[in-house]
Amino acid sequence: MQTSTELAYDSKIEGGFVVTRAEAALNWCRKNSLWPMPMGLACCAIELMAAGASRFDISRFGSEVMRFSPRQSDVMIVAGTVTYKMALALRRIYDQMAEPKWVIAMGACASTGGMYRSYAVLQGVDQIVPVDVYVAGCPPRPEALLDALIKLQKKIEKQPVLKELEISSVLRSKHGEKVGTN
Amino acid sequence: MAVLDLAAKLKAQFGDLISAPSQFRGEVTVKVAEPERVAEVCAFAKNSLGFDYLVDISSVDNYGSDPRWTVVYELYGYGHRCHLRLKTDVSEEKSELPTVTTVWRGADWHEREIYDMMGIRFRGHPDLRRILMWEGYPYFPLRKDFPLAGKPTDLPDVAFTKSAPLEGGPFVTLPGGKTAVEREPRVRTPES
Repeated sequence: MQTSTELAYDSKIEGGFVVTRAEAALNWCRKNSLWPMPMGLACCAIELMAAGASRFDISRFGSEVMRFSPRQSDVMIVAGTVTYKMALALRRIYDQMAEPKWVIAMGACASTGGMYRSYAVLQGVDQIVPVDVYVAGCPPRPEALLDALIKLQKKIEKQPVLKELEISSVLRSKHGEKVGTN
Repeated sequence: MAVLDLAAKLKAQFGDLISAPSQFRGEVTVKVAEPERVAEVCAFAKNSLGFDYLVDISSVDNYGSDPRWTVVYELYGYGHRCHLRLKTDVSEEKSELPTVTTVWRGADWHEREIYDMMGIRFRGHPDLRRILMWEGYPYFPLRKDFPLAGKPTDLPDVAFTKSAPLEGGPFVTLPGGKTAVEREPRVRTPES
């Protein structure tokens, strides 16, 4: 049985069948179709738009559409300064996203509060949502954002999907017994 | 000059309420002695003198002197293309002014910002609530006795608000040094 997590396909050997692990296939689908939810709050949003435009095409990486609805997106790209007033709305939008979801904190303001060490700015969006990738820069170049997307894809490749499903089914079982085979 | 004529007309209408116009680099300022009548003065300025555009209302915290607040109205007229500045002093115990939203609708948000940042209330304002900070925020941030880093508040529905880490103080420059080392100290404490 093939145990590699890479998808390898050689038509002479496999002849029309791709053999892989279910996790690898699921993760491959997820990482190559990350639809961003652009939480574009300030100047970084312009660089996010530039990353989505034709020169630094983000849809090469599968982020074909910027879904402004949290229900239809996978990754929230927090691009810009998060004030305390906006933090409320941001947390609510994050809660409305469906699992599996990831967060990219783009730019200095989203990562740590940036140059705004003041009474009104949240010092880093990781204080309210769990961040997967931080991008440095003020604003980061579109290539830096694409690099972050690639790093996120590498992170998603290694996520143990089936274990999570098994654990959640154990938690859901009524009598607390282990459900399913191990 | 046209502005000085208009300021003279204002003084002729209101007498001692309006100070003599002072000038600086071509900008004319008049002080209104009685803050309660500033809405009247503004109404006259708009209707009779043609100052139909309120450029800005801002407030100054004269921390340590009484009266504590100075509210500054910048006026402009599209017809005669002149700027005029009106200043009033408000004491801290009163902290209240009549609104000028009846004269210019654009004053609405300017007065909300002054209320949010300084705590000066505007009597007769249609919707006086905070505009930059969230409702229920207990402090007025632009007062001179409020620290830049902020004070922690404990409002449950906002994420939380601790004071921001300043790492040695706001890195502002000192004017007039000959070299960059003098002008830009690594750390500047409030006393220096």
